[in-house]
Amino acid sequence: MSVPAPTPLLEIDGLTVLLPVEGEQRAVLREVSLEVSAGEALGLVGESGSGKSMTARAVDRLLPRGAQVSGQVRFAGGDVGALAGAGLREYRNKVAMIFQDPRAHVNPVRRIGDFMTEALRTNLGVPAPEARRRAADMLVQVGIADGERRLRQYPHELSGGMLQRVMIAAALLTEPQLLLADEPTTALDVTTQAEVMAILDDLRREFGLAMIFITHDLELAAAICDRTAVMYAGQIVEIRESALMHDDPLHPYSAALAAARPDIASTAHRLAAIPGRPLSAFEAPAQECAFAPRCPYAADPCRAAVPELVSLDGGLSRCVLASELRGALRPGLAERSESGG
Amino acid sequence: MSTAAPAPVIAIVAAPVTRRRGALGMLRGTGVAGMTSAAVILAVTVVAIIGPLIAPFNPTLPDLAMTFVGPTGSHVLGFDFEGRDVLSRLLAGAQSSMLGPLAVVIGALLIGTALAVVAAWRRGLADSVISSGLDILFAFPGILLAVLAAAVFGAGLTAASVALAIAYMPYVARVLRGAALKERSQPYVAALEVQGASATSICVRHIIPNVAPLIVAQATIMFGYAMVDLAAISFLGLGVQPPAANWGVMISENQVGIPEGYPLPALAAGACIVIVVIAFNILGERLFEQAQAAR
Amino acid sequence: MLLASLLVASFVIFAALYLAPGNPITALSGGRSIPASSLRILEARYHLNKPFFTQYWYWLDGALHGNLGLSITLRENVSTLIGSRIWTTAGLVLYASLIILVLGIGLGVLAGLRPGILDTSVLVTSAISAAVPSFVAAIVLTTLFAVQLRWFPALGNGTSFLSNLRHFTLPAIALALSSLAIVARVTRAAIREEADREHVQTAISRGIPGRQLIRRHILRNAAIPITTISGITIASLIAVAAVVETFFSLNGLGAYLVQAAQDKDLAVVQGISLVLVTAFVVINMLVDLAYAVLDPRVALGSRAS
Repeated sequence: MSVPAPTPLLEIDGLTVLLPVEGEQRAVLREVSLEVSAGEALGLVGESGSGKSMTARAVDRLLPRGAQVSGQVRFAGGDVGALAGAGLREYRNKVAMIFQDPRAHVNPVRRIGDFMTEALRTNLGVPAPEARRRAADMLVQVGIADGERRLRQYPHELSGGMLQRVMIAAALLTEPQLLLADEPTTALDVTTQAEVMAILDDLRREFGLAMIFITHDLELAAAICDRTAVMYAGQIVEIRESALMHDDPLHPYSAALAAARPDIASTAHRLAAIPGRPLSAFEAPAQECAFAPRCPYAADPCRAAVPELVSLDGGLSRCVLASELRGALRPGLAERSESGG
Repeated sequence: MSTAAPAPVIAIVAAPVTRRRGALGMLRGTGVAGMTSAAVILAVTVVAIIGPLIAPFNPTLPDLAMTFVGPTGSHVLGFDFEGRDVLSRLLAGAQSSMLGPLAVVIGALLIGTALAVVAAWRRGLADSVISSGLDILFAFPGILLAVLAAAVFGAGLTAASVALAIAYMPYVARVLRGAALKERSQPYVAALEVQGASATSICVRHIIPNVAPLIVAQATIMFGYAMVDLAAISFLGLGVQPPAANWGVMISENQVGIPEGYPLPALAAGACIVIVVIAFNILGERLFEQAQAAR
Repeated sequence: MLLASLLVASFVIFAALYLAPGNPITALSGGRSIPASSLRILEARYHLNKPFFTQYWYWLDGALHGNLGLSITLRENVSTLIGSRIWTTAGLVLYASLIILVLGIGLGVLAGLRPGILDTSVLVTSAISAAVPSFVAAIVLTTLFAVQLRWFPALGNGTSFLSNLRHFTLPAIALALSSLAIVARVTRAAIREEADREHVQTAISRGIPGRQLIRRHILRNAAIPITTISGITIASLIAVAAVVETFFSLNGLGAYLVQAAQDKDLAVVQGISLVLVTAFVVINMLVDLAYAVLDPRVALGSRAS
């Protein structure tokens, strides 16, 4: 007997976003649909221009001026686009965004304490001393000791890694239900990356938060997210359980991404790279699969029309040949077919 | 001998990327506003050269019967406080009004460029000394220095121009020093040094041409400022002396007419100054944008 | 560094005496012939038979104690002559500064925050007025407001505080006009730039309301370049005030400086120059101080220009 699934916490339904660029409206997202349940972590993977950051911004209503949005974003059943005033502020308390470059995203002329407690004091009316106490406690949680002293410091006195932890701590202070993490570790060096990732993952599970984790690294997403979605040219091309994604991808692009990652355990003559360059949404052809020009398996049906997302083995794939290609896309097999063909 | 071969290879590999568009190319790149300004400047320059010749009436001979008479038939702008034709005086005045700023700009450029290049080339002690000296010079507003010079050496265009050139020089030196330092650290300079090119020839033949667009832009903007300052000094009676024709002097002379309801002579001179300054500002800013974009 | 500038400037001002053609006596007397007794007084007063640097020291020491020498033309102490005129100049510069700060920053902020008609008109008018020198603005203002409309007097100082206000209004506007344009443009650009910064996005994403966002994140950060440009333009007013004072026949230091330069009354020129340069340096120091206070990343004494 199937239990009716509870309403997902976040639903993105047919989201299409156009941005004004040099006088014309260009598409950056095309019919993006996905869902995130409460407490679930969804990885959103793609190369530059795929639209992954834009998706997060659309959810958080941070799109640039002049953006045209069609489709809907629903949070706990309510239309996010219709929110205004106090409702919007409340929404922003429940959805917290963690940005990519902490140094650019924290106001350099205000102290850390001010940065962390501003939302608490302004939106939730928490008195300043209490807010500072909570901030100091949260700093301990992200691994920064001596919280009181840190609160009095300025951003330029902290390292990039520490600043990102501060950003995470600040995001968690308003007790959100959903975290949007936009490449939180890309701007950090490798060792710090690992530390910050660990903290983010731990705290998310501890607080039971849902998360959309944006990255260009398929393995990273698979490591900490329950499901992974892959984007290309402003569209979702695959959504799959992370555990299955690596071994059984449902879309040639995902397979190529996985294969392109250098693996220290194996040797290869050349790094496997995807020929061509990633397209942005507005460059994508209107009448065929956007990935077809670069796809080693492309065939005539691929060029006939833009493929729909079809359900396959518990996941979704936007590949016309998905069922035929099953198995063939497995790593190892994919490499062999590329170097052979 | 094996030493002969590698040098040309280095030179070819590390060839300077000289983005010399040529004067006309730069001009075209300034857009409509820039080219209109250039046209205005050209026109005024021509007037400055032949002004006294094309003036319809005598610009310096007074005729007290016609004091402050308004515009009539052939006297399009009327008469000034000594009964002279305003238009003629404006045309004749273009000469000293343009010559002064030119001297200031050339002076500032020569001194400033020399100092900047020396500082950027030698770096170290020479650079610190020059930079500190420049910093100190920034404390002197141009007009103040010119007034001081007038008090010491007597009023006149020469003293004022020299004083202003000294006062403006730090701005040129600072911008150029920055650009020259950047050029200095480019690989092609090292390649040239390895080949044995002398410091002077590298500076003159390679560094200066590459910072030339920046120099031109700065000089243009500076011309506008120099014109305002020199007009102010002549207005104060410390620059060009009456009865010589000069726009700043004209404002001072005809000032008496303003409370009496005869603002035209002074206004006309002021308008000439403003129009030329705006033209230099616009052209200079456009050239500056181009120079920045090319870096 | 600024103090060093002041010192060197004072040295240059002093040394002007020796740069003048002829000997210092001729320079001091402005080329006039003076009786032998006065010659001896001059020699003693200026220590003219002592070595160069000793003289400089005496002069500087005297200046610090308020003794700036004697005016040849008026036979009075330079310091007294300065004292009676300094409030005119100070008042004029203060009045103009107020106009620049209130109107310049105000218009710049409005234009920066709201794209649209206000923004474009501010941009256009500021581009034009930035190029209008003060004496030309003075002509237009006088013609329009003093002669035609008779709202303000055309010349001279006032007698009481209120009449001073009336007399100083046109000069202050003339003095402020081009600086006002520059400050408005820089303010607008600074506001625009700050509004586009990523940390503002962070604040928006946390639901900080609009007014507070503008105040605490845009204005507060833009305050840095705005303060710098305001300080620089106000400092430059000190020199240009001479022109405006002359035009409006105001009894200020600038006009007197020009007068003394024409009369070749060197002691007065030196004295006033020293006062003006000191004021200039003091204002620059205040700007540096404000900069260090506003931007915690910057140590005192440096100013990233």
